[in-house]
Amino acid sequence: MSATREQVFPTRMTLGLMKTKLKGANQGHSLLKRKSEALTKRFRDITKRIDDAKTTMGRVMQTAAFSLAEVQYATGNDNLSFQVQENVSSKARFQIKAKQDNVSGVILPHLEAFIDENINDFKLTGLGKGGIQVSKCIKIYTKAVETLVELASLQTAFIILDEVIKVTNRRVNAIEHVIIPRTENTIAYINSELDELDREEFYRLKKVQEKKQIKMKELDDQLKEQLKLDTVSKAEGAAAASVVSEVDQKTKSKNGKSKKSGKKETKEDEDLVAENEDDVIF
Amino acid sequence: MSATKSAGSAEQKRNLIAVIADEDTTTGLLLAGVGQITPAKESVESEEGLHNNNSTDSKVVSSNLGKNFFVYKDGKTTRQEIDDIFHLFTEQRKDIALLLINQHVADLIRSSVDNYTAAFPAILEIPSKDHPYNPEKDSVLKRVRKLFGE
Repeated sequence: MSATREQVFPTRMTLGLMKTKLKGANQGHSLLKRKSEALTKRFRDITKRIDDAKTTMGRVMQTAAFSLAEVQYATGNDNLSFQVQENVSSKARFQIKAKQDNVSGVILPHLEAFIDENINDFKLTGLGKGGIQVSKCIKIYTKAVETLVELASLQTAFIILDEVIKVTNRRVNAIEHVIIPRTENTIAYINSELDELDREEFYRLKKVQEKKQIKMKELDDQLKEQLKLDTVSKAEGAAAASVVSEVDQKTKSKNGKSKKSGKKETKEDEDLVAENEDDVIF
Repeated sequence: MSATKSAGSAEQKRNLIAVIADEDTTTGLLLAGVGQITPAKESVESEEGLHNNNSTDSKVVSSNLGKNFFVYKDGKTTRQEIDDIFHLFTEQRKDIALLLINQHVADLIRSSVDNYTAAFPAILEIPSKDHPYNPEKDSVLKRVRKLFGE
């Protein structure tokens, strides 16, 4: 899987783009990792507090239940629960207010108990007897519910953090194991492709030069041929002339002189050829 | 950003504590003042949701629409009724921030409670007078334990 790469056209521009992308991915990875660590730290803190709070809750509720039993005994009224249920008004005395808490970009609701002291639905409860127990019970239960609200707040934070940590970790892993290797592969691919193009270009230039040289050599050979032909014809002419002069000189002087002049002429031919070669090589 | 903002405002509206518990626990919590009885139509926000429910839900739901507490009577209340009330409090009512449920009642609808994963309303399992608290059964504590690999 890691061998996959993005479908791009291998140019220098896309190489630049890919390089900035890789840089961004690396930065994002480190940032997200840090975020995940911060959240996990908070998360561990909360889980520990939940564990403690849940066990204390059991104790608190037990005390509350005991005080309710006291009320039932004191009032001696079997109808207490019915009376209480019927007296519930259209506005709750005990309400919750949600505040927001921000942990590295995650909004955690923080529940707070809000008690409206003006509302008292149970003024008449325990009017006959056991009024003290009733008010005591109300106080104890209010405390208990406050603890419960605290616990619920922790629990909500726990659920939200759990979710967010999962998402963040998924992102971190996706960047680490998918995006970064893929971008690196793409960069490697573009680099190799660009190198290949470079080599091709170099080879092409070489080839062109080679072709040029071959052509030049051919031209050169032709020129040489031409010159040879020229010299041969000249030599023939010269030979003819020398024959004529020999004939003349035979009459006038000895053979040796005519041989010297023939040698001189061939030397001049060689010089000409040499000059031509200088022209060809540039 | 807009999604989180709207979620925030939705949370602002939630300010009630709902109770599903046996008689004694409910009485105690009501004494603390958590109870509220509102006209039925106001409590369920969307008319559609209400309409859909009339066909499927039991009498218990329609008779408890306005209340934010439900008394579980041992032997009388059926599992289906608890389940309906649970869904009413968690899904349809938009003003509940916290649902307190007795652990032995939650045990009856354990699958619904365990499958509930949303943050709001929060569900809290509380002990009752006759049933001491058992941390092993709590759906949140189970997740805590799982995270620590126990």
